[in-house]
Order: sequence, then C-alpha cells, then structure tokens
Amino acid sequence: MLYYILRRILYAVPIALGVSIVCFSLVYLAPGDPLQTLLPDDTPPEAVAELKAKYGFDRPVPMQYLFWLGNVLTGDFGTSIGTGRPVIEEIGRALSNTLLLGACAVAVAFTLAIIIGGVGGYLHGKVSDKVVTSIAIFGVSVPNYWLGIILVIVFAVELNLLPAVGMGKSGSQGFGLDLESLKYLILPTITLALVPLGIIARTVRASVAEVLGHEFVQTLRAKGLSERGVLRHVVKNAAAPVLAVMGLQFGHLIGGSIVVETVFSWPGTGFLLNNAILRRDVPILQGTILVLALMFVLTNLLVDLLQTTLDPRIRRA
Amino acid sequence: MLTQIPTQLSSIVDVDDLTVEFHGREGTVRPVNGVAFSLKAGEVLCILGESGSGKSVTLRALMRLLAPDRTRITGHVEVAGHDVLKASGRSMAALRGSTISMIFQEPMTAFDPVYTIGDQIAEMVAQHKGVSRRAGRTRALEMLELVQVPSAKRRLDAYPHELSGGLRQRAMIALALSCSPRVLLADEPTTALDATVQAQILLLLRSLQQELGMAVIFVTHDLGVAAEVSDRIAVMYAGRFVETGSVRDVLQDPVHPYTRGLLSSTVHGQPRGTRLQTIPGSPPDLRMLPPGCSFEPRCGEAIDRCRAAIPPPYTLKSGQCVRCVHAPQDLVPAE
Repeated sequence: MLYYILRRILYAVPIALGVSIVCFSLVYLAPGDPLQTLLPDDTPPEAVAELKAKYGFDRPVPMQYLFWLGNVLTGDFGTSIGTGRPVIEEIGRALSNTLLLGACAVAVAFTLAIIIGGVGGYLHGKVSDKVVTSIAIFGVSVPNYWLGIILVIVFAVELNLLPAVGMGKSGSQGFGLDLESLKYLILPTITLALVPLGIIARTVRASVAEVLGHEFVQTLRAKGLSERGVLRHVVKNAAAPVLAVMGLQFGHLIGGSIVVETVFSWPGTGFLLNNAILRRDVPILQGTILVLALMFVLTNLLVDLLQTTLDPRIRRA
Repeated sequence: MLTQIPTQLSSIVDVDDLTVEFHGREGTVRPVNGVAFSLKAGEVLCILGESGSGKSVTLRALMRLLAPDRTRITGHVEVAGHDVLKASGRSMAALRGSTISMIFQEPMTAFDPVYTIGDQIAEMVAQHKGVSRRAGRTRALEMLELVQVPSAKRRLDAYPHELSGGLRQRAMIALALSCSPRVLLADEPTTALDATVQAQILLLLRSLQQELGMAVIFVTHDLGVAAEVSDRIAVMYAGRFVETGSVRDVLQDPVHPYTRGLLSSTVHGQPRGTRLQTIPGSPPDLRMLPPGCSFEPRCGEAIDRCRAAIPPPYTLKSGQCVRCVHAPQDLVPAE
C-alpha cells in the first residue's frame, strides 16, 4: 500500500511538469505581443525593447520557460503587467475568494447529489427515481450563466432580497462570516452548484443502481443483514466511481468558473483570468493556470489514493 | 419474534402448494407451480432439473429472497416452525443466516468485492449472535479452519478476488455455516468449479452435513452430484416436482418419462459406445404453461388424459411420488 502511494505521488511529478509546459506555451500560441496591447502605438522602440528585456520577452521561448520555471519553483511568479503587483499576491487573494465560493458550492452540490442520486438509485425505476433523474437532467442541461442571470432578475431585481453582484460594500477585504456578507454568497453558490449537482447525482444514481443489481446484495440479504447493513456495503461499493466524478467536479469548482464569477463580479480566479485574458497579462495568466492545474493534479492524486483504500481491486492495476 | 406454529416433530421444512409468479412487462412468468415437500432434520434433499425448471427460484422462495415488488409467492412455507411467507421483514432477516442459510453458485460474485472474507463472516456472526466484531472474527477463523482453508489466519484478511475458485467456495460455505443454521440451501455450489475441486467441495459438504446434522436442500442439474450427496431426490420440470423418492429408487427405477429421459441422456452408468439419447423438444414457455402435464408436448407416451389436466401426485409402493398418469396403473404391482 505504502509502495503504491509513493509510486502514485512520483507519477504526479512528470504530470505537473507537463502541465507547466502546456500552461507556459499556451500563451504563446495566441497571436499578439502582450506589450503591444499595453503600450501606446507611439512608444519609442527603445522603451519597448527595455520593457521586453525587463519581462524577459526578448529571450528564446525555451529559455523563457526554464527561467520562468526556475522562478516559479522558488515561489516567484513574476509581476502582473496590468497592476505591477506580484502575481503570487493577486492569485492568493483571488484563490481565497474562489475557494470560499467553491467550498460552499461543493457542500451544496455534493450533499444534495448524494441524497437525490442515492434515493434515485435505491428506488430504481420508481416514480421518485424519475423525479430525481429529471432534476439531474435539468442541472446538466441548463446553462449556468443563464440561471445566474435569471436568479439575479428574480431575487435581486424583482424581489430585492439578495445582492446581485460582488462580495459586499468593501469588496473581499470586508467579507466576514456575518449574515450581511453571507447574503452575497447565496446566488453564486446556487448557480455554481447546479451543474456538478446534476452530474454527480446521475453518477450516484447509476452507481447505486448498478451495485444493487450485483449478486452479492442477495448474499447480504441471505446473511440476514438489516437494510442498513446492506446499505453500508452498497455505499462502499458505489463510492469509487462517484469519487472519481466528484474529484473532477471538485477541481472545476475550486478552479473557479470564469462565467459564473464574471456574471456575479466575484473577485476569484475565474474573474482574474478573464481580466488577464482581456488585458493580455501574461504572468497572471501563466501563474493562475499553473496553480489551478496543479490543484487539479493534486485533487486527482487524492481521489486515486482514496479510491484505492475503498476498493482493493484497484491496487493491483 | 415469530409465532411458533406447532408442527410434527420430525420435519424442519414444510412446503405446501408453493407457487411463484414474476410480474414483468412481458406478462407473468410462473417458474414454480405448486411445489410440496417436507424435509426432516438431518436429511438431504436434492432438487434435480435443467436450467429454468424453477430449482433456484424455489430455494430463494424458501428464504423470501426474491424482489418483493415483482414477485408473488403463495402457498405455505414453514421452516423450523416459522411461517416464512407471513413473517415480517425484520423477523425474516433474523431467520436468514441463523436458522436457514444459503450457499450460492458463483462464489466470485456472491461475496462483496470490497470487504475481506473475515469481515464478511464476522459481520454476519455479529448480526445474529449479538457479539463484537472481534468475537465474530474469532468465529470466522474457526469456520475457515472447519472448511479446511489452508493458512486460514492469513485468508481472513484476503479479499475475494485474491482467492481461487475452490477456496472462495469453501469460504462461502464457512460463511453460510457460521451461525450454525438448521437448514442449509445449496444452489449448485459446485457448478462453477473445476471437476477435481467439485469432488472436494462435495465431500466437504457431505461430511459437514453429517457432523453438524443439518437438513440440506441441494439444487443441481448434475445427476452425479445428486447421487453423491443426497438421501432423496426431487426431479423438477417446469416448476413442478414430477418425481420424488429415495436416491436409489429414482436413479435405478425412474418412473416419470422425464426422469427416464434425463437418466438416459447422461454419460453416467452408460456402457461405452452407446449413443446418448436426448429428450426431443425444449421446456415449455413459463408464461403459458399447457393445461395438462407440462412434459406432455415432449413425451413419447402422451395420451389424451395427459392434455386434459395436470396429473396429481401418485404415491407408489416404493415410496416414490410421481406426477404421471401412467404411473399407478402400469407400475404399482397389484396387491
């Protein structure tokens, strides 16, 4: 087991390295020079050259990558071209806001998905199952930006119950765990939770229904286990595939949704990315994508290890 | 607790007019149509029949393991004084595993793949005996040793996929016997195994049965297995027992045309070089059974009376019970 964990962690290193290469080069695949968009057209060539040298744009791309990687490994993500502040600070602030929103959406989506998916799978083919399936299909099919706007129209504009955008009067600095601040979380959380809710509920339902169809469930009943005892076995068996999907969705939620954060002007990583793309703020782009991608790798690693502890058959593969 | 129904001292399983119907989208299937038998403590009954004859469904009906929303079970089933078909869900669960236990055909799929063998046995012991998991594990080890699993202590922590087919079936037997049931149901327990392992498992089952004095109902399609393990044989066809009797009588002097067909279509005891006979046709559709004898369409001796009504069970002098209109007239010697 320990050997498996070490091996799995070791595998994550080349993946992370590959991710960093992709993150770095993606920016160079898009046309246009970041400095061109920032500087006025009549900037003297010497000034352009000086700035290029300052940000390292004058070196060959592979050298730029190694230089950047070296800095990244020491915790230096460079400075934002747009704001001039260190990238690490910008990402840190955005990431904490996104994590807050993401954690709320994870809590809502995962809890509801397990409940409604579990009920659907357990009552496979019955009316309640059909209701659950409809909810799940709704969740998967409705575009979240549309839902976000509808929620804003209903609850913020028409009913005037909840704030429409932002994190409060003084932005993320003034955000606390008081009722007034939490109000700002409600609409984006619902909007963000809907899609993972649908996807996970469907997986839970399919997984539970499949496990219940296995022959060993009959053995469990033949052993005289109570329905609760049977359920304990069903949960552990159904957990592995559900965890895989949850891991992916967790990664998405933590990564922040560009669309949802933009609709609600939530100052998270999605919002940061969106602005960085518009402003061609290359260091911010590279840094944010890298951090998010690494979190994805980490999530997958954790899911893999968790799955292994749940299902002993995975260890052999 | 279940209501204790007074019953004749000797029989531990009493089944009368047991019928099972499955309600599905394509109509109603009737896999079991009026099965009646009783079993004494310590007796081994073998239900012999081809696939789809209703053997396994009969076993599951005895433990009420069939999906309740799609199945209708009627008749009377009594196990160790408990009325199985009228018992509540909770008292049924208390009965399963402790009084009446089952060994399944496929030990690979019958175990939960994500728990160890030891856990799965201990869990059952803890449930029925009200003891701790630790005590359950001690019992599990005892059971694995009883069924002769080599290095039993190590196997306790093995997952089902880590064992061979034979060991898995031994573990299955250990599981089924862990709470000392009075009735053991064995659903083709050797069918999924290699021939050499089959013999070992049969010997093990037979010796455990004698040692523990359980009543066993053994379901198989294999005549050789039936002859090996049982005291009595019931030949099942289209959901009915067409012939029951002692092993010797049924195998040596089969009366029902189906039993005779079955015996002449196997290699057991046939002289070398003789061509095996087959029974023409195929079993009837369980959705629309013929009004008379269900074997009549395939029977070479069918007469009009066979088509008119289901033949009642005739008891012969030997003790054999046969559902065939030919039986009493032709075979019971006049006194």
